[in-house]
Amino acid sequence: MTAGQPLPASASDALLADTVVAIRPASLWRDTVGSVLRQRSAIVGVTILGFLLFVAIFAPLIATHDPYQGLLGKEEGVTQRAAPCIHLLGCPTDEPQHLFGTDGNFRDVFSRVVYGARTSLAIGFAAIGFAIIVGTTIGSLAGYVGGWIDNVLMRLMDIVLAFPSLLLAIAIVTAIGSSLINALFAIGIVSVPIYARVARASVLATKESDYVTASRALGETGAGILVRRIMPNSLTPLIVQGTLGIGGAVLEIAALAFVGVAGDISNPEWGSIIGLERNQLFNAPHIILAPGIAITLTVLGFNLLGDGLRDALDPRLNR
Amino acid sequence: MIRFILRRILVTIPVLFGIVFLVFALARLVPGDPCRAVLGERATDAVCDDFIVRYGLDQPIPIQFGKYLEQLAAGDLGDSIKHSQPVTELLIERLPTTVELTIMAMLLAIAVGVPLGLVSAYRHNSPIDVGTMMFANFGVSMPVFVLGLLLAFLFAIVFKDTPFSLPPSGRLSSGVTIQPLAEVWGLDDLSGPPRGFLDFVSGLYIFSGLISGQWGGAADAFRHLILPAVALGTIPMAIIARITRSSLLEVLGLDYVRTARAKGLSERAVVLRHAARNALLPVVTIVGLQLGALLSGAVLTETVFNLAGVGRSLFEAISGRDYVVIQGFTLLIAVSYVTINLIVDVSYGFLDPRIRP
Repeated sequence: MTAGQPLPASASDALLADTVVAIRPASLWRDTVGSVLRQRSAIVGVTILGFLLFVAIFAPLIATHDPYQGLLGKEEGVTQRAAPCIHLLGCPTDEPQHLFGTDGNFRDVFSRVVYGARTSLAIGFAAIGFAIIVGTTIGSLAGYVGGWIDNVLMRLMDIVLAFPSLLLAIAIVTAIGSSLINALFAIGIVSVPIYARVARASVLATKESDYVTASRALGETGAGILVRRIMPNSLTPLIVQGTLGIGGAVLEIAALAFVGVAGDISNPEWGSIIGLERNQLFNAPHIILAPGIAITLTVLGFNLLGDGLRDALDPRLNR
Repeated sequence: MIRFILRRILVTIPVLFGIVFLVFALARLVPGDPCRAVLGERATDAVCDDFIVRYGLDQPIPIQFGKYLEQLAAGDLGDSIKHSQPVTELLIERLPTTVELTIMAMLLAIAVGVPLGLVSAYRHNSPIDVGTMMFANFGVSMPVFVLGLLLAFLFAIVFKDTPFSLPPSGRLSSGVTIQPLAEVWGLDDLSGPPRGFLDFVSGLYIFSGLISGQWGGAADAFRHLILPAVALGTIPMAIIARITRSSLLEVLGLDYVRTARAKGLSERAVVLRHAARNALLPVVTIVGLQLGALLSGAVLTETVFNLAGVGRSLFEAISGRDYVVIQGFTLLIAVSYVTINLIVDVSYGFLDPRIRP
């Protein structure tokens, strides 16, 4: 290792380095992306999610109308709960064009569904992000420290898990006040135990490994070992669980909005759109169908991608 | 084995205590003046003072909690603030709807999910397999309330006046009634818990109709339950199909299955008697877990199909800040959830000798 002193092995080292560069070192990420993209269902999932992300980002450009604004008196010939009217498909041109029709407040359903993608994706990511951060902290602490702290923390998680998640979320939102942000927190809180369990399990699985003992022998602190040596190994299950979790969170936010506890019901949110018009099912089913398909597609996208990631990242399934 | 069960029960006790406390705390956290939330904005101060004292809301929280525990120990869940009726009575009225719905949904999920999973594992990568997995993916992705509304639209509107038409709301057609068992069997002077139990069973319309020979009523109740059960049962059905499939696929690759084939057993015996038996173990766990999850779905299903069950009542109690009902119903749900998990764990011990210590 002394600088400037040629060692006999350096020549072969250089040779080795060359070969390694030629092969390109395999990285977890490149392998993962590669094997995820080899699966048909994962590709479908990525495509759906890419499309939804595109719609969410460019919502103002895609939407044909203001999602909040009723069109009564603002647009010639607009009718309440009008069926979809697309001029290209033969709808008379003297009727105003509404791709998915209008709702009970003379609003354009297409624009509301488009803006709904923003709400659902943002809340899904934020709620699960919150749950992963809190859950991982609790779970890895419990797994690493062990003893009574482990016991207390995990029993707390059991208590949260003992409630059906939607009911607990409804109760939390009612307790802290009905709004979209509070709904986000409620969904985050009820999801925490899942990530705490996943994180704890992977900490338990790795904390006795030789490389952890080695870094302890080298004098690394407990926190350092936890953050630098153990946590990176729990990433895989957390990513898989998180992807599937976002799908679940999208379902839950829609359900909360459907029963009317996710704040202002006139927000362009898929569940709200359905909840507001559910009694009109028999004369205007299109208002329920459009956001219903949107929710299903979103959840389907996350589920397919999550399954694909699981197959790609789980070494036991490598064939 | 007995030690295993006892230990499992002991672990449950602190969890149950935590649940009682959390339920109590959440009900107290609901913001706003409970009196005016319940009696309306125009209630006078005198009326409200009386109200607060009557429900013990003027006492310090720890004392309220102590009294609550004392009451629970006596089997009393308190009186509903809104319905001025004991919560236990309300439960006897509302619980049968949810129990009937949940059981129907779960039976449907098992009856369809397990065979689908077995077939698609056995015919791995065949069109049946691909189709089943596509169905399963859609099944878990569609919200219960969307599926419920679509089913209602399809079977009550599109198929109206055809033999496929099904009722989209309520538990019985108007004019159809099911006589309570106490009346049918002339036990009207029965009282106390036996009477409560009898009334509960009477509320299970299909079951009580069948055992008391009210065939028409039972058939009508069954027809009303089909759509809600399909809506509620689709997610667990899809999950059960997936788990059964992956579990059987794993087992079919094991050595003992090859041995069974090698000794000349018929394919039927190999798959159904040797492989499926082990493959269905994880399914037991999933069925238990999903039973709890069904209660979440029940809130939505009961809303969509206009059923006065536990889920719907609980949601109404939460919006109307009826503390006593919130506490009682949530407690019941959480306790039954924990009990189901306990039963699953213990039955797992029976089914899989490796789990036993």
